[in-house]
Amino acid sequence: MEARWIAVIASSVIAFILKFSGNIVPARYLEQPKIKSITALVPIVMLSALVVVQTFASGQELVIDARLVALLFAVILLLIRAPFIVVVFGAAALAAILRYFDLIN
Amino acid sequence: MNISSHARRSTVTRNAIGVGLATGVYGISFGALAVTSGFSFAQTQVLSLGLFSGASQFAVVGIMGAGGGAIAAIATSSLLGVRNGLYALSIANVLKLKGFKKVIASQLTIDESTAMSIANNDDEEMSRWAFWATGISVFVFWNIATAVGAFGASFVADPKSLGLDAAVGAAFLALLWPRLINKQIRVVGILAGLLALGLTPFVQSGIPVLASVLIAIAMGLKNASDK
Repeated sequence: MEARWIAVIASSVIAFILKFSGNIVPARYLEQPKIKSITALVPIVMLSALVVVQTFASGQELVIDARLVALLFAVILLLIRAPFIVVVFGAAALAAILRYFDLIN
Repeated sequence: MNISSHARRSTVTRNAIGVGLATGVYGISFGALAVTSGFSFAQTQVLSLGLFSGASQFAVVGIMGAGGGAIAAIATSSLLGVRNGLYALSIANVLKLKGFKKVIASQLTIDESTAMSIANNDDEEMSRWAFWATGISVFVFWNIATAVGAFGASFVADPKSLGLDAAVGAAFLALLWPRLINKQIRVVGILAGLLALGLTPFVQSGIPVLASVLIAIAMGLKNASDK
């Protein structure tokens, strides 16, 4: 089976198991302070790492290109409280313009 | 049901539809980015139907679109999904479900439905109503929007010329932004970003993101022992 299908199906099945287990596991196992304070931080560290990797990585190489300028523009849009879709497509539009005029790859 | 609780129920329903529409809008960006990252229309739609958790879905398409393997994508998606299990745990005593309804409720347990349920937890019946209304509303709009975005993007020949590769980082940043609520969380985020940056040249694609969990573990243990 193609790798993408494996990822799609396996991640869906695991996501469901995680949600369902929350409904059947006795609360005392997961409500320990250590587990709670770690899991509260997991989305923060992973999303931060994903921002960095998606902006600078090209395979295993680190590069500075239009993606960085687009990300800085996204920061400005978030600071002025622009909605999600404006941030995402605003960043894309800026990268597209920079590349169209050959200002940065 | 008296008149005031009837009025409140309509308000909760209206809010649930509003939340569904708002998240639906970013379902369009998910659909578009998934297809331009090399996922088929069917794979994109199955992610929204089955995985049904924004950050995890963006992680799967972002990692594999950047050349990462299936294992790294599955692991990242799952670690991001752990919080949904905790949500289920925290609202299980309000939902009080049995059998098949428990299965459906599990699938609908996400940031939005949990938040709306907790926001109405002064009234158990309203809290349940808020969970179901929001969960169903987000599921419907999210999936319609995914299809719209994926269909629209299937006409794009060169995603890079439209800057769509640059939009993935912006999407993750927009998901992260509202969570950066205090100084410690911002510091943790910066450390995780630096670790991922430092590891990228030396390890396989996908590993730097997984390695960032070490920072959550270290800081989480420190926080728990400080209390």
